Amino acid sequence: MIAYLIRRILYAIPILIGVNLLTFALFFVVNTPDDMARMQLGMKRVTPEAIDKWKQQRGYDKPLMLNAQAAGTDKLTDTIFFQKSASMFVFDFGYSDDGRSISREILTRMIPSLVIALPTFVVGLLLYISFALLMTLFRGTVLDMAGVTLCVILMSISSLFYIIGGQFMVSKLWHWVPISGYAGGADSLRFILLPVLIGVVAGIGSSSRWYRTIFLEEVGRDYVRTARAKGLSELRVLFKHVLKNAMIPILTGVVAVIPLLFMGSLLTESFFGIPGLGSYTIDAIQAQDFGVVRAMVFLGSALYILGLILTDISYTMVDPRVRLQ
Amino acid sequence: MSFKLVMLWTDMMIFLLLAVALAGAWWIKQRPHLLLPWQRLFKSRVGMVSMLVLSLFVAIGLLDTLHYRAALPDSSNGKTVYAAEVLSVFDVLVGDLRNHTEKTYSAPLAVYLYAKESIETPDGKVLRDYPRLKYGGAHLLDPQRDHTGDVLKRSLYGVFAGWLGGVLLALLLVTFAAARSRTTARLWVETRQNTPLNAMLATLVLLAMLAGLVVNLAGAYHLLGTDKVGQDVLYLSLKSIRTGLVIGTVTTLVMLPFALFLGIAAGYFRGRVDDVIQYIYTVLSSIPSVLLIAAAVLMMQVTIEKHAEWFSSSAERADLRLLFLCLILGVTSWTGLCRLLRGEALKLRELEYIQAAQAFSVSSLRILSRHILPNVMHIVLIAVVMDFSALVLAEAVLSYVGVGVDPSTNSFGTLINNARLEMGREPMVWWTLAAAFSFMLVLVLAANLFADAVRDAFDPRLKRTGDAK
Repeated sequence: MIAYLIRRILYAIPILIGVNLLTFALFFVVNTPDDMARMQLGMKRVTPEAIDKWKQQRGYDKPLMLNAQAAGTDKLTDTIFFQKSASMFVFDFGYSDDGRSISREILTRMIPSLVIALPTFVVGLLLYISFALLMTLFRGTVLDMAGVTLCVILMSISSLFYIIGGQFMVSKLWHWVPISGYAGGADSLRFILLPVLIGVVAGIGSSSRWYRTIFLEEVGRDYVRTARAKGLSELRVLFKHVLKNAMIPILTGVVAVIPLLFMGSLLTESFFGIPGLGSYTIDAIQAQDFGVVRAMVFLGSALYILGLILTDISYTMVDPRVRLQ
Repeated sequence: MSFKLVMLWTDMMIFLLLAVALAGAWWIKQRPHLLLPWQRLFKSRVGMVSMLVLSLFVAIGLLDTLHYRAALPDSSNGKTVYAAEVLSVFDVLVGDLRNHTEKTYSAPLAVYLYAKESIETPDGKVLRDYPRLKYGGAHLLDPQRDHTGDVLKRSLYGVFAGWLGGVLLALLLVTFAAARSRTTARLWVETRQNTPLNAMLATLVLLAMLAGLVVNLAGAYHLLGTDKVGQDVLYLSLKSIRTGLVIGTVTTLVMLPFALFLGIAAGYFRGRVDDVIQYIYTVLSSIPSVLLIAAAVLMMQVTIEKHAEWFSSSAERADLRLLFLCLILGVTSWTGLCRLLRGEALKLRELEYIQAAQAFSVSSLRILSRHILPNVMHIVLIAVVMDFSALVLAEAVLSYVGVGVDPSTNSFGTLINNARLEMGREPMVWWTLAAAFSFMLVLVLAANLFADAVRDAFDPRLKRTGDAK
């Protein structure tokens, strides 16, 4: 098990290197730092001095890959690649345009993101699975048809609509909770209620339908027929046999996204003014803060790979047939 | 009036796509075994009705794709000068809708402006009141008295004319089809039963009634109100359709070659090739797609800013940005299909007919193109249709984040983005958001239903008892 883990982690390294090289190429080779400076400072009437100053402030005034003027190991280390890209491997993300440490910002903003994302995830998962089980129980009837139709309609609605409509109805019309904002501690409950509710509702359509397909596939198997032949009630068959066996395909999708919960949701956080990583990313994109976007890209892919490893581990827990070699 | 045809980049892609679709249809028509799943699709009621609705959207999008620049009336020194504005055939068809701009917001079917203004009365006094609209209901002499009656009358006439036209069109179609297949009697029996044909005809009549209503009302009022700068929301929504279709289709067009070739190659050759291709798509798919798109779009903006000389008009610039967005979306979204195709190719390469081909020393390229490619096409088709609705929805989100289409391009995303603060106004301005969301809902819902029908018809894993009901 431990040997397998080590191998998986070693396997993740080339992928992270690939991501790193890709972002490096995207941010420094496709457009040179000069272009970025000109873009940010305004295209016209920008002096070469201003560009140099901009580059120097961000440490972009070094050669890309190889510093021919430096001596010894500095040849490789005193470059943009080493200082801006390679340093991300030790999660040193440098500074954002407003001079704050990106790593510290990520650590503090992770909490609000999790406070929203975790309840949404847990409540959503329970609700979707129950709804899907209900549809499976009544499969082939009018209820099932109505459920599927509802799912298709729900998944055809833009997520922006859920947020805008939800904010309008719950906060503006009925004055139940504040429209947006965030507070730490026990007070946060007031603020997270609506984002969580909207997040859960927005996912009903596609997720429930997906789980229903999985359940239906299991219901058609031989062991289910055997279980029924034993005289088990339909409910017992569903909960004792189908649900357990359907856990494997469900886990594939679910465990992989758990690490990404840290990243928060871009839309929800920005609409509700929650100071999490999602709104951090969106602000950085809109302010064209390249350093932050680069850091988030790297963090996102690192978490994604972590999710893949967790998925493999969770397989061994639910399915004893799977052996990790 | 003379004009100059304008071929934007996305126009070219759309025509290319259209050509591919027509060629594909002709190719399939020659081959009965390929025709079979399509016949199953034609027998699905939901599939055919949603296809009819989708084709209405496609028709609007295609009309909006034929671009031109009109000649200006004053042709100085014998040379014709063309207007800077790029128009489309669709703009001509809707006529005045485009030019009838009010001062600012006005509610759907309103006769008065949304905001109060100082109006000078004939006797010299200045009054603070809601002024009449320049175009909306301008023909009414006494709006207080006539407004409701006029709207009702126009809707009734419109619906009736639409119904008449729809029924005539349906009759014409049925007669035409019957004349071609010489089975009048059977076809007439079929229209009395619950068949796809019947459902389609009913939908056709309903759509015609809706169209009649819209045309008759939009001529005299702003059916869906006007936005902040007084533009007709109905016009903006209709113009957004093309952008949605471009994002949904051109994206798959650009990613298809990658996904097809790399996926099949990885599955068929295995070994080193497989490792490299798997590595590439794992790297790409490990970056959260919104972030990758954001990073790429930021960089694209820098490039576009740097090369302002590439574009002769702002329409071209906005268009190239749209195309780039499709490219970027394509690059981020091909990995899923690639993985599917790799798996399928892995399975196929072990089958007898492939091994037979290998034994006859058929070249790898030929095996790939003649034996593997045709047998994964159903996966491709299902994936393409399924992706469409997701892409249309993604466009709105990306435009909100600020990495979507150019702000000057009409799209559902820009409509929503511009209108999202309007809910907070007092009284509330809800019509722009409502229009954008409803148009999107109808388009995406039709696409989702159609995708389901396509999957049911093409997926070989589904068990079928006899042929489709």
